[in-house]
Amino acid sequence: MNVIQQLILGFRSLMLHKLRSALAVLGILIGVTAVIWLVAMGEGVSYQAQQQIKDLGATSIIIRTIKPSEEANSDSGSRSGIAYGLLRSDYDRIITNIPTISAAVPMREISRDVRRDEYVVPAQVIGCTPEYFSINRLPVARGRPLAASDLRGLENVVVLAHDVAERLFPIQDPLGRAIQIGTEFYVVVGVAQDRTAAAAIGGSFSARQYNRDVYIPLNTFQKRIGDRVITVRGGTFQNETIELNQITAVVDDVASVDTSADIIRALLSRYHKTLDYAVVVPKELLEQAETLRMMFNVLLLLIAGISLVVGGIGIMNIMLATVTERTREIGIRRALGATKGEIVQQFLWETVVLSGTGGLLGVAVGFLCGPTVQGVRLAIESFLPDVWSTLPPTIHQLEPRLAPWSIIAAFGISVGVGIVFGIYPAQRAANMDPIEALRHE
Amino acid sequence: MSKAEEEVPEPVRVAMVRDVTKVYRLGGQDVKALAGVSLEFKQGDFVAIMGTSGSGKSTLLNLLGCLDRPTSGQYLLGGHDVATLSDEDLSRVRGRYLGFVFQSYNLIQQLSVVENIMVPLSYQIPVRPDGRELSTKLATLVGLAGRLDHRPSQLSGGQQQRVAIARALVNNPHVILADEPTGNLDTATSNEIMELLDVLNNTGRTIVMVTHEPDIAKRAKTVITLRDGLIQSVEQNRS
Ligand SMILES: Nc1ncnc2c1ncn2[C@@H]1O[C@H](COP(=O)(O)OP(=O)(O)O)[C@@H](O)[C@H]1O
Ligand SMILES: [Mg+2]
Repeated sequence: MNVIQQLILGFRSLMLHKLRSALAVLGILIGVTAVIWLVAMGEGVSYQAQQQIKDLGATSIIIRTIKPSEEANSDSGSRSGIAYGLLRSDYDRIITNIPTISAAVPMREISRDVRRDEYVVPAQVIGCTPEYFSINRLPVARGRPLAASDLRGLENVVVLAHDVAERLFPIQDPLGRAIQIGTEFYVVVGVAQDRTAAAAIGGSFSARQYNRDVYIPLNTFQKRIGDRVITVRGGTFQNETIELNQITAVVDDVASVDTSADIIRALLSRYHKTLDYAVVVPKELLEQAETLRMMFNVLLLLIAGISLVVGGIGIMNIMLATVTERTREIGIRRALGATKGEIVQQFLWETVVLSGTGGLLGVAVGFLCGPTVQGVRLAIESFLPDVWSTLPPTIHQLEPRLAPWSIIAAFGISVGVGIVFGIYPAQRAANMDPIEALRHE
Repeated sequence: MSKAEEEVPEPVRVAMVRDVTKVYRLGGQDVKALAGVSLEFKQGDFVAIMGTSGSGKSTLLNLLGCLDRPTSGQYLLGGHDVATLSDEDLSRVRGRYLGFVFQSYNLIQQLSVVENIMVPLSYQIPVRPDGRELSTKLATLVGLAGRLDHRPSQLSGGQQQRVAIARALVNNPHVILADEPTGNLDTATSNEIMELLDVLNNTGRTIVMVTHEPDIAKRAKTVITLRDGLIQSVEQNRS
């Protein structure tokens, strides 16, 4: 008999017990789907992380203001509030003292509603310098970016992110028109290109939702909005003073990123009593993300391997039952000329049909990973909007990425599992005494 | 019969047992199922084996069917000394030289009539390319032309036994071994099956059949009676 005939025979023998065979197939199917889906999600998450890190740039160093822990500022905590974070003098020191740094952009940000007539849009107001657009590779689609003269002249000008522009000016051309931030009016001079937000990396800094930004000159920010932030929390006013939220520095050579970062750390520690800043090197993050991805994949394979072994035990269980039930058939085939080897083959082909079918179906379901994630996301978004808003952006934007190797590996392992777990039942079948087997009721 | 003997004055010997014994060990005690049996089968023989229950009929048929090896003695089949063959060679000898018909038909349930007839061919090396045509022809020969794709469960006992007989013929065996082939059938159906065996015997097939029914044994050419593992009598039936 050739392979096709063996497979057909195996399939028909399995059809004797449809439910039982279906359950065995289901076991393998779940295992294979688990491999493919888990790997796809893992790849999706790590791809996201890597994209974001790449967006930040391999040659950049990000210094962010972080709020010092409560104990650290308990003594300085007074009614007049606390001051912490990066200083404008930090920026000056970094840009003048470290020769490897070719460019740097200071940045101040705050959440504010921006309005035009009856339109109100919650936005992130960013005070920055013209370099912001080139360093973050954020092209201005219409109009112009901020200019050095805007900073010098403390101009009330603004560049809108794509989404903000669309929501404030659904019909009109925003260029040259005024919008309102707080009590001040600003003239729109440019609109940035559409850019989807990237996910946060390991909590060290939050996601940059570029599409919700409005950009004004840093000096204007300082003058009109100021360094002081008053927030109401738990019925008491909190009063914080922050000069800069972030400084992004760019070095001219990837090789000098690490040493430059060390110099920055040393420089800042001299002027900051508390650790109210963090230095993040995207290149390091990228390397960490890569290691993490590999560890993650190994872990997923382990989990998936276990579920496949469980599936294999299911197959073995069913084949042992099958062999016992079909003792008579085994006796008949032996009498009609089948050798032990041919009986082993017959039953092994059956397990291969079982596990192969499970494998193929598992791969098919594996391909549904993307649409399924999409569907689940849509369902949560529309039926549980509260839950949705609490989920991190990693989940919001998760796009599973099918890894070809995982499909091949999952299918291969499933067939392998079928053979390994099929050998024992098949040998049991072959080692039966033909006379006894023929007498079996 | 005399006509056949004229055409083949010296029939070819197809199988021979000499002094075979079969001893089973049961709880430290030896049971001599066969105590020394010598027999010769020539082409065209139709032998019925009779005897009381426990006399060794099935044991003898299993030995002749190469499903078991004798404890001592010699069994020659197709030029092989069966007693010395390996398990794999025994399988090959069964597939090449023997055809089996069982009391309980022993068809494979998930296969159709034609596929059941083809089963012995799947263990032949090399594979016959015309297996399906041959099986269809044999199914027609045993009167099942209209039921080629039926499953065993859709057939009557007599029809199932016809399938089994066709299956026993498909590899063109030297000897057809039948263990109580009519044991599960009513008289009318038994007669039909015996007529079919007659036809096969008349075309030169060698048949060895175990039965305990004298009416059935009467239709064979030779009746061998066993008793306590020994041959008690050998009678030639007048035809
Ligand atoms: N596998 C076996 N183990 C032990 N004793 C057996 C076995 N097969 C047959 N016997 C014994 O051998 C003797 C002959 O059995 P058998 O050939 O089946 O007789 P028959 O078919 O004529 O009724 C009996 O006494 C039986 O109990
Ligand atoms: Mg018996």
